[in-house]
Amino acid sequence: MPRLTLSGLTKAYGRLTVVDSVDLTLEEGEFVSLLGPSGCGKTTTLRMIAGFVDPTGGSIAVDGTVLSAPGAVVPPERRGMSMIFQSYAIWPNMTVEENVAFGLKLRKLTREETRRRVGEILEVVQLSHLAHRYPAELSGGQQQRVALARAIVVKPAVLLLDEPLSNLDANLREEMRFEIRRLHDEFRITTVYVTHDQAEAMATSDRIAVMNAGRIEQVDAPHLLYTRPRTRFVAGFVGRTNLLEAQVTSGMLRVDGIALGPSTQPDGPVLVSLRPQAMTIHEAQPPLAGPVIEASIAERTYLGESWDYVVQPHGSALRLRAAAAPLEAHEVGRRVWLAIDPRQVAVVQ
Amino acid sequence: MSDAALPAAQVVRPSRLRRLEPVTFLWIVLIAALLVLVAAPILKMVVISFEEQDTGVFTIQNYVTAYGRARYLEALRNSLMLGTLSAAISVVIAVPMAWAVSRTDMPGKGFTWATVLAAFIMPPYLGAIGWILLAGPNSGWINVAWRDLTGATAPLVNVYTFTGMAFVIALHSFPLVFIFVKSALDLISSEMEDAANILGGGTWVTMRRVTLPLVWPSIMGGFILIFLETIALFGTPAIIGIPARINVVTTQLWQFFEDPVRVEVAAAFAIPLLLVTIALIAVQKLLLARKGFVSQTGKGGERRQIKLGPWRWVLFAWCFAVAMLSVGKPLTVLLQASFAKAWGRGFSFDNLTLRNYQFLLFEHDMAPQAVWNTVWFSGASATIAVVLALLVAYIVVRRLMRFADALGFLAMAPFVIPGIVMAIGFYAAYAGPPLSLYGSALLIILAFASRFLPIAYASSQAAIRAVHPEMEEAARILGSGRLHAIRKVTAPLLKTSLLGGWLVVFIVASRELSAAIFLVGPRTRTMSVLLYDLTEQGNFEVVSAFGGILLVITLAIVGIGMKLVGRDFMLRRE
Repeated sequence: MPRLTLSGLTKAYGRLTVVDSVDLTLEEGEFVSLLGPSGCGKTTTLRMIAGFVDPTGGSIAVDGTVLSAPGAVVPPERRGMSMIFQSYAIWPNMTVEENVAFGLKLRKLTREETRRRVGEILEVVQLSHLAHRYPAELSGGQQQRVALARAIVVKPAVLLLDEPLSNLDANLREEMRFEIRRLHDEFRITTVYVTHDQAEAMATSDRIAVMNAGRIEQVDAPHLLYTRPRTRFVAGFVGRTNLLEAQVTSGMLRVDGIALGPSTQPDGPVLVSLRPQAMTIHEAQPPLAGPVIEASIAERTYLGESWDYVVQPHGSALRLRAAAAPLEAHEVGRRVWLAIDPRQVAVVQ
Repeated sequence: MSDAALPAAQVVRPSRLRRLEPVTFLWIVLIAALLVLVAAPILKMVVISFEEQDTGVFTIQNYVTAYGRARYLEALRNSLMLGTLSAAISVVIAVPMAWAVSRTDMPGKGFTWATVLAAFIMPPYLGAIGWILLAGPNSGWINVAWRDLTGATAPLVNVYTFTGMAFVIALHSFPLVFIFVKSALDLISSEMEDAANILGGGTWVTMRRVTLPLVWPSIMGGFILIFLETIALFGTPAIIGIPARINVVTTQLWQFFEDPVRVEVAAAFAIPLLLVTIALIAVQKLLLARKGFVSQTGKGGERRQIKLGPWRWVLFAWCFAVAMLSVGKPLTVLLQASFAKAWGRGFSFDNLTLRNYQFLLFEHDMAPQAVWNTVWFSGASATIAVVLALLVAYIVVRRLMRFADALGFLAMAPFVIPGIVMAIGFYAAYAGPPLSLYGSALLIILAFASRFLPIAYASSQAAIRAVHPEMEEAARILGSGRLHAIRKVTAPLLKTSLLGGWLVVFIVASRELSAAIFLVGPRTRTMSVLLYDLTEQGNFEVVSAFGGILLVITLAIVGIGMKLVGRDFMLRRE
């Protein structure tokens, strides 16, 4: 039985539907991210799971028990979940230790048991030496660790995270990303993680659910989401890509007359996502089996970690973005050959 | 190029003197003004408390006299108890209201706001008079109704008791706690409460363990402020306490001023009031400054309302009851009395008359003069306070001079000096020779200006901080001098907040009693003083009518303020 099941989950404010019939299941111990641009409904979905927002349609079940359905909602305090908030919401009037012990005390644990578990979890998040400090005396990263400890120590059925890293600076964000994943690997708590940052989602998640305009567009493992996007939105939102109008004629996929390889799609127009990393640029015609196109360099930008080229196939109005390693410098206007990896061509809806 | 270009050939050596002159001059004027208004009265009061009357020889006899009688010591004890009790009642009244308005889905929030504002605007001594009509032991409305209903002979409530007095004071002080606590609650992000909810805490546990502890310093701050206001309050203790034979420090000070005037003894007796106030304000500052009590973590300041279900009606009932007790009932009986031939005869047509108003406005030899005095003393003192505060705040905020902070300190100093103590200081410093200002309009205006300078200063400071210095710099680089730039750029930008400050000072000055009562002469009585004198005569119909006139004037000013400055200009926490 799945740990968490969302079925047909819907939230509407008047005529505005912010979450539109979302279906999602999480197995026990799974880490799933809700990824999407701001206003896509991901935070509302999370807050419905937590019980802070009542759904207008569909249901939420944990271990088969329905917690939320229209008109029948279990309040947050009786869901056995825990949550990490954007602002961390560390109570400034309590010490680190008191913050972490709060949930345990409400669970009526004995004093020794509470102290033992608080001690253990502070050890895990490396805050033992700060147990008696007040939150105002901690750095942003340390406050974040307190929030993590406070949420994990109660061994929740489901752990919810609402853009927890958005208030940290870039370096710390990267560090905390791994910290969150490390804690997940250690405790295997079923986790729903909301973010708009794809790098964050990729680094932490077992699966990512990409949301747009209240709907889930695709749920997949991070690498599949990148290489096999199923919708135009996912292809455009996750990483950068070339979206091309293509044509399938007698089992062959063609863009502007250029053959990209065989396709199982029925004949007719289709949309194709071609990642910049799926192409290589050569100054002489390469002896490769896949499709190779004669083209010229139209623009180039050096980004440090890579080159960002815009190339124009000869006899075509297409402009393709292609990435190349820093040493592969080609002058603007130069005639080149563009080799396409047919395995990385994805047909999207 | 036209000939409008500046003459470039002239080389003027910038002299240091020239450059500093206007501001330095202003600084000297300001220092002088603040010394006259703030420092001299206080110092003089402390000095004369150690001086023998007439001769000025050093003595501690004044202290021996002031603390040498059990009656005087009891007044001191009564003041402390009254302050504690009133502050405690205020907290009990206001905290649930603040929580309900700030965090929950209680209905009638606009109504609750209006209640708080009305209770704040209504002069406390009017409330006291209203409550005498309501809860006087013999003929008070409540007791008459109670006897009619039950046939009992004993009164149900009696305002002429210690608790009665504390209760009446609290009903007009609670808005301060409300404003303190509400603005603190407004700063707490809902996520603080959500975090407790998701870990298993219900609404009650969350409020008790998370929300209230977070605003605890503000509750204490409000408690202290009301304690201090109460021990310095003259009107209510005089109107209720004197007939009830409850002596407090302020009424005792008043008695020291009765013939023969023993201002030295009064000064000595006022010293504890001053010390307690300074000490508690310091405690309050420490409380509010304590690290970590503002939720400063991150953004995510989203706030949602807590759904209370049926409990929201319980809270609304509470707010409604407070509205009735603090404003509704006292105001109703005051209005009834003001239009009645005899207030005890109740609501009936044959009891209705305009006689009381007519008598006050056209026949009374002092009332029209008192109305005029109030308006012009308040207006003049508000103007002085705002102009002075603006200039000081400008110099302090822009750090134009060394020792600018000293100016700011002086401007804020009256905040820690109870009004009644300030009045004794002014009396000591300026009433007698060589200036002999006793009873003059000037003395009262200066005392008011000094007393309310901190209010004007706080609002000016906040306003100037909000104007970026580059606004002025842009004017100066185009050739305008500093004072010109202030006049043309800064002042217009500050107009609204300055007007707000002016109006607040005007309103509090127009109802001021504790300081005025020590300083007025026969021709310079203000409405509040005359109202108190009328109360002593016991003609409650005329008193109520005069209170009605005072309220109409106050409401008109508040109305203008709301229109020009904004709805909540009175209740902003500064």
